[in-house]
Amino acid sequence: MQKQDVSRRVLREHFGIVAAPEQHVIALAGNPNVGKSTVFNALTGLRQHTGNWPGKTVDNAQGTFTFRDRSFLMVDLPGTYSILANTVEEQVARDFICFGRPDVTLVVLDATCLERNLNLALQVMEITPEVVVCVNLMDEARKKNITVNIDLLKKELGVPVVATAARNGAGLGELKETMYQMAAGMLEIYPRHIVYSDQVENAVAKLLPSIQRLVGNRLNPRWVALRLLDGDRTFIETIGLHLDLLPATPAGGERIQEVAM
Amino acid sequence: MSAAIKPISPLAEACAEAESIRLDSGGSLGDAIVADIYANAETIARRAVKNDAKHTKGWDAKLDDILTSRLLGYPIMLVLLSVVFWITVEGANLPSEMIASVLFGFQDQLTEWFQVWGAPAWLHGVLVLGLYRALAWVVSVMLPPMAIFFPLFTLLEDLGYLPRVAFNLDSLFKKCKACGKQALTMCMGFGCNAAGVVSCRIIDSPRERLIAIVTNNFVPCNGRFPTLIAVATIFMGGAAAAGSETLIASGVITALVLIGVAVTFAASWALSHTVLKGEPSALVLELPPYRKPQFGAVIYRSMIDRTLFVLKRAVFMAAPAGAITWILGNAYIGGMSVIGHLASWLHPLGHAIGLDGFILLAFILGLPANEIVVPILLMSYLSSGFMVEFESLEQLRAILVNNGWTWLTAVCTMLFCLLHWPCTTTLLSAYKESGSIKWTFAAFAIPTVIAFAVCFVVAQTARGLGLA
Repeated sequence: MQKQDVSRRVLREHFGIVAAPEQHVIALAGNPNVGKSTVFNALTGLRQHTGNWPGKTVDNAQGTFTFRDRSFLMVDLPGTYSILANTVEEQVARDFICFGRPDVTLVVLDATCLERNLNLALQVMEITPEVVVCVNLMDEARKKNITVNIDLLKKELGVPVVATAARNGAGLGELKETMYQMAAGMLEIYPRHIVYSDQVENAVAKLLPSIQRLVGNRLNPRWVALRLLDGDRTFIETIGLHLDLLPATPAGGERIQEVAM
Repeated sequence: MSAAIKPISPLAEACAEAESIRLDSGGSLGDAIVADIYANAETIARRAVKNDAKHTKGWDAKLDDILTSRLLGYPIMLVLLSVVFWITVEGANLPSEMIASVLFGFQDQLTEWFQVWGAPAWLHGVLVLGLYRALAWVVSVMLPPMAIFFPLFTLLEDLGYLPRVAFNLDSLFKKCKACGKQALTMCMGFGCNAAGVVSCRIIDSPRERLIAIVTNNFVPCNGRFPTLIAVATIFMGGAAAAGSETLIASGVITALVLIGVAVTFAASWALSHTVLKGEPSALVLELPPYRKPQFGAVIYRSMIDRTLFVLKRAVFMAAPAGAITWILGNAYIGGMSVIGHLASWLHPLGHAIGLDGFILLAFILGLPANEIVVPILLMSYLSSGFMVEFESLEQLRAILVNNGWTWLTAVCTMLFCLLHWPCTTTLLSAYKESGSIKWTFAAFAIPTVIAFAVCFVVAQTARGLGLA
């Protein structure tokens, strides 16, 4: 339970989210206009409230639901096309998944434009294996004569995939069951990793040893290497903060935070 | 971090190493990473998705061509807006009168009970004539238009029309060197300016965000709609032939909203050419697909989230304000009520801008919430001698006319209501969002100056031409 205690503290101190010890935390990610709020509302009903990310002018909504006597706290992340942190929203979504360590990250995809939406799912799966993919708007896709082969998608991605039409409530039962099983550790997952070109792979291979020394098993070193190679300044600051890698602050200055992992 | 010499941390070392690898590979590594992610997604999608969609233009693309066309975009927006107002005004009349007759009927019952109990006259005054009456006014006049307007507006949102509005208005905002997303924050402002100000955070550029925050007040919120609707129906609609009152009234309200939008553009232009200079940022707006709105969910959510929320706020503000106003109206100093003193002191200023002392006082006392301006005004008028029961708009008209209202008073009241300072909740939101006292003050001062200036010009011109 130690790992969980730590991530709960990170959630509380950095994201202002208070989860009960026995509660499962679910992060909800997705592109804008994929029906993310519909899924959120359908699952949490009126047991929700909105807040603000500490220090960021970006809204978040939290809601709870109970399934099979387990309580779930669902956190609605800002709608983003990627989590490569080009905007504040993307940064918030990425930091939450990376450092808040939700028990399940639910990625909602739009069945009518799956290709564009899959980018986000693949990026999330680089950070955490505990991903459930929800292919929403299946009804819209059917109307447009688009068929999504869910079983094949499951095999390709290596994580559970559930088809839904959240507006009509279709597939939500299966979605809850899948998230329950994922949170309870009952599922075997083999998340597919992004295959990079040789240029990128060579660069990662060069950098990997020193990253491994740096982050150990606290984060996926490959992913951290990719971010550093990406030249993402905000991430370097955040990672330093969360993994306690910054040089000690001058005397008298408050320690920004201590994560003993 | 104020340390003079930074010790080289393992993180900094790793960063330096990453930087050198990045430069070795020609600096295009970031692009390569993104390209690879996309290529992976494409591969998976190609296997899992079978797309038999016809590649001809779908009905939604055709609809977009019409709704966002140069020729028809604006007229359609205007027509939709007028229709929404027309349904609101027309639909609100009957339930308004029904609720009013029930609530004011109950007032007589309350009065009887107070007499049976032998309660002192002042207690009856404060609780029944003050508190209860203000409450009854707010519920009967505000609830029906809100219960109609909010769901209608939410339906337009749910349909996917509002992003098209932002798309249409984008070029105009660009000309004012502001952001097209400001149109969406204005739409939020129709519901509640405080919510509108908070929604300004969707604008990325701080300069454009400030412009949107400061000018959000120029779209009338739901606290001000009932006032506009009531005054427009009484004075503008009443002048027209029977049967077309609501049509005229909704036309007047549409015109007022257009004035508000015009002032928004003017103020945005002025701000971005003076204190907030800068180029507009590019807006990438994805037009979401049209979707069949879920009527049940929309009505339910807009009732719970918006209507009841705004009504609750109005009731909590109006009840004490009604009681306080009654006390002020019935506490006498030297033969005149306190309200009378304040109003007569404000009267010269009020008269200069086409209002009177009581109206100006009501707007000032209405700072906590715009919803209570009319109740306060009626309390002040009523406690100064004209004890008329108001059970319908016709009786409201009688009260106002008895207190010297002309068409000019009505026009100036509506203009002042549209343009004047925002309520305290909005100002508080502006402070939270901008984090600056200076800009919060600007959000207060700019509308105030504009409201006084516009009303002054209108009133003096009308009087000078001998029209009123």
